[in-house]
Amino acid sequence: MRERAIRDRSDESPHDRSTTDPAGAAHGRADRADRLSALVPRLKRICGGDGVITDASRRRTYESDGLTYHAEVPGVVVLPTTAEQVAEVLGLCAAEGVPFVPRGAGTGLSAGALPRTDGVLVTTSRMRRVIEVDPDNECAVVQPGVANLDITRAAAPYGYYYAPDPSSQQVCSVGGNIAENSGGAHCLKYGFTVNHVLGLQIATPQGGLVRLGGKAPEAPGYDLIGAFIGSEGTLGIATEATVRLVRTPQKVTTLLAAFTGMDAGGEAVSSVVAEGVLPAAVEMMDALSIEAAEAAVACDYPEGAGAVLIVELDGPAADVDADAAMVRRLCERAGAFEIREASGAAERARIWKGRKSAFAAVGRISPAYIVQDGVVPRTALGEVLGDIARLSAESGIRVANVFHAGDGNLHPLVLFDDAEPGAGERAAEVSGAILDLCIRHGGSITGEHGVGVDKACSMPRMFTPQDLETMDLFRRAFDPAGVANPEKLLPTPRLCGEVPGVRKDVHPLVAEGRAEQF
Amino acid sequence: MSGEDQQARVEADGAVGALAASGVPVRPGADRDAVGGVVPRWVAEPADADGCAAVAAAAARDGLALVPRGAGTKIGWGAPLRRCDVVLDVSALNRVDHAAGDLVVEAGAGTPVEDLADVLGASGQRLPVDPVVPGSTVGGVVATGLSGPGRMLYGPVRDLILGMTVVRADGVAASSGGRVVKNVAGYDLGKLHAGALGTLGIITSVTFRLRPVPPAAHTVSARADDPARARELVASVQRSHTAPTAIEVDRPAAGAVTVHVLLEGPKDGIRARADEVSSLLPGSSVSEDLPEGWGELPGGPGDTLLKLTSPPARLPAVLDALAEAAPDAGPLPVRGSAGSGVLFSALPSATDPVNAVRAVASLRARVEEATGGHGSLTVLDAPRPVHDAGLDPWGTVPGLPLMRSIKKNLDPDGVLSPGRFAGGI
Repeated sequence: MRERAIRDRSDESPHDRSTTDPAGAAHGRADRADRLSALVPRLKRICGGDGVITDASRRRTYESDGLTYHAEVPGVVVLPTTAEQVAEVLGLCAAEGVPFVPRGAGTGLSAGALPRTDGVLVTTSRMRRVIEVDPDNECAVVQPGVANLDITRAAAPYGYYYAPDPSSQQVCSVGGNIAENSGGAHCLKYGFTVNHVLGLQIATPQGGLVRLGGKAPEAPGYDLIGAFIGSEGTLGIATEATVRLVRTPQKVTTLLAAFTGMDAGGEAVSSVVAEGVLPAAVEMMDALSIEAAEAAVACDYPEGAGAVLIVELDGPAADVDADAAMVRRLCERAGAFEIREASGAAERARIWKGRKSAFAAVGRISPAYIVQDGVVPRTALGEVLGDIARLSAESGIRVANVFHAGDGNLHPLVLFDDAEPGAGERAAEVSGAILDLCIRHGGSITGEHGVGVDKACSMPRMFTPQDLETMDLFRRAFDPAGVANPEKLLPTPRLCGEVPGVRKDVHPLVAEGRAEQF
Repeated sequence: MSGEDQQARVEADGAVGALAASGVPVRPGADRDAVGGVVPRWVAEPADADGCAAVAAAAARDGLALVPRGAGTKIGWGAPLRRCDVVLDVSALNRVDHAAGDLVVEAGAGTPVEDLADVLGASGQRLPVDPVVPGSTVGGVVATGLSGPGRMLYGPVRDLILGMTVVRADGVAASSGGRVVKNVAGYDLGKLHAGALGTLGIITSVTFRLRPVPPAAHTVSARADDPARARELVASVQRSHTAPTAIEVDRPAAGAVTVHVLLEGPKDGIRARADEVSSLLPGSSVSEDLPEGWGELPGGPGDTLLKLTSPPARLPAVLDALAEAAPDAGPLPVRGSAGSGVLFSALPSATDPVNAVRAVASLRARVEEATGGHGSLTVLDAPRPVHDAGLDPWGTVPGLPLMRSIKKNLDPDGVLSPGRFAGGI
């Protein structure tokens, strides 16, 4: 059985680069390829011979990030070990008008690290040092390639942890988290990466190294840290981060409540919010995703559950006990037919097992699937889930729902058989229609996976041309030459066709005769 | 005023017609409208965001300098303006759209924070931003990025912003973010406008994430003999499992340091937590009320208001520096978040302006040295004579070239609150 995760592509025309390039572009490409080869010796001087990959088969291993549907072999890959090397590489790219694409661990799900054949892929995988853990100031200083979970491992002996916990936290890098403003299951209470970074050192697209903030909060001037986080590699590369550490909670209690249907589960969530309880996490799974999880990991969720709700509470023991009693009452009132409660690590892990395996588990019940990432106001969840069920019934495409119920972040898994002609396209249509639902309800096209290439062409569905133009003005303040992860995050005519409102004046490098637009 | 500015002013003099053409009520500026001593030529009072855009567009056509204003409680903050032709009063932008079930509110920039609190409180919710300066509007709090004690748990005000709509210098309205608590689509430009003192755009509405009002709150307070002891007390609470909302220090000009710990949460657990904190702070008292002066800025009218940041463990060095900063004024009063490392202080209004400038410079140098370069001192507000005596309100600002570049792209003619921000932005 083949497992393949691809994502929504219905809302944009398929963009096969080889066919969408206008005539004559091939010539420009050849020029750029020459320029790139000329760059290699200089890149080797900066990063060392072992820090530059030119071999075609080795370059191919970097052709995509976690969204494998989009792939392009990078022109050259560099693996710097210091901030200075990163800045020098970017300075060289700027001087030569060569685009660069930053890459952390490559776990992103929006093709934000999709390489370019005419560009340099700058990967931070050799910058993996936890420079300092400073429990007195409740922070740690790390290099960008450090895995998210390694910060918590380093802080744990002092009774601290790093709060953002994306599901890929074993491997995903802090630099990537910064680029994507990653959250995680517990962001309901603890917020996102942007709420946990005190300081950054960044290499700018013009080749400078700038320190912003540090161990003290709120450095004077504009909040460049806040604006940089979540910029998806379009404003430069974080070369060092000072992150906040959070005191390990005294007690963590996880409740699992089983309901016969999604409506009752949704009602329980609403009443928890209305009562003023703020859980660390609130997750929900529907019958289909429960079925998949059972098949994959035998998570032993209550038999006959049409919906499973997982609520995690953490904090001072007395507060957690009080809140847990409240959540239990509210779930019972909403019609939960079974409630399990766990405070020990092993028991809690058992409750989480099904949820954490859900995405991969879907491979057990479907040869292929698309993972969507959209957000609706929490109060619209019930209605939107109803709409998704209708969409699924009408199209005959099964949709499994796994979502962060506390913040309205949906991850519908659209199932299809990729051996069946046209099935992929129909699934993509359903996935796109789900995104439409999110927008119609005043939500967002992405809650945590980012825009990248994948949703760049969907941005105009959420933002006006003026909004996008303003974002572009901001972007160009950092990257006047347009070399930093180009064609990600904001729509471009080449990627999406004519996009009203996005600036179409001559690119500065084109004007200077140093680059061609294609 | 430079000759160039004079010239710009003269050229702009025929512009009232253009402003009137915006269709927005415009009146001549009066003394009470003065911004840092500069009386604007006009005050525009638009009824809504479209009116703001119309005024900005009209002002842009004539190169008029525009300064947005809410309740005007902090209108003099920052460096003195190079020019101030039009004050744009956003008071009428006070629409509140509260989505209680989603714990989200969108509020017009002119909404008084107290009014917003009333609306939210009716649903048992709140925006966890302390009312540091009474009478402030939503726009004013965001534009100054001013956060109080609760910042330690809930984050500074910028962390609570989900979305924002601003009018650009050229009169174009643009939004970023959204109305849902989780959203990573596009640049989070709201962060940039938070604390920008109206130099990058005119904030017209802000969407915030909210919190439920906690069922119970207790404050535990204790005296500390000296700054080092204060830090020990703070650190012991931070290392505990009591999850405080705020850890504040308060030292009046003449007096000892008091450490206040605010706990909030379910009724069932609050007493046990307060007892635990109390056991960590010898001689402490527990109260269900907030202490006097909670979250208020130290000093009084006409004082030079200072903001100091440091890594939390360097608190004693900063407190010591403040005690010795102005020999002729005695120890400076200080209040702020010992838990997060943001303190406020004030040089008395009676300080000779030249001495005030010197005191700021030497204090800044000492803070930077004592914090290994991590800390900073900025002057939030100072009387005109202190500015005129050569005050540098900002000190070294890393990333200034990037900031200038952002300003240049969003406000190429430099018409939004010119001169008010770091580096003369």
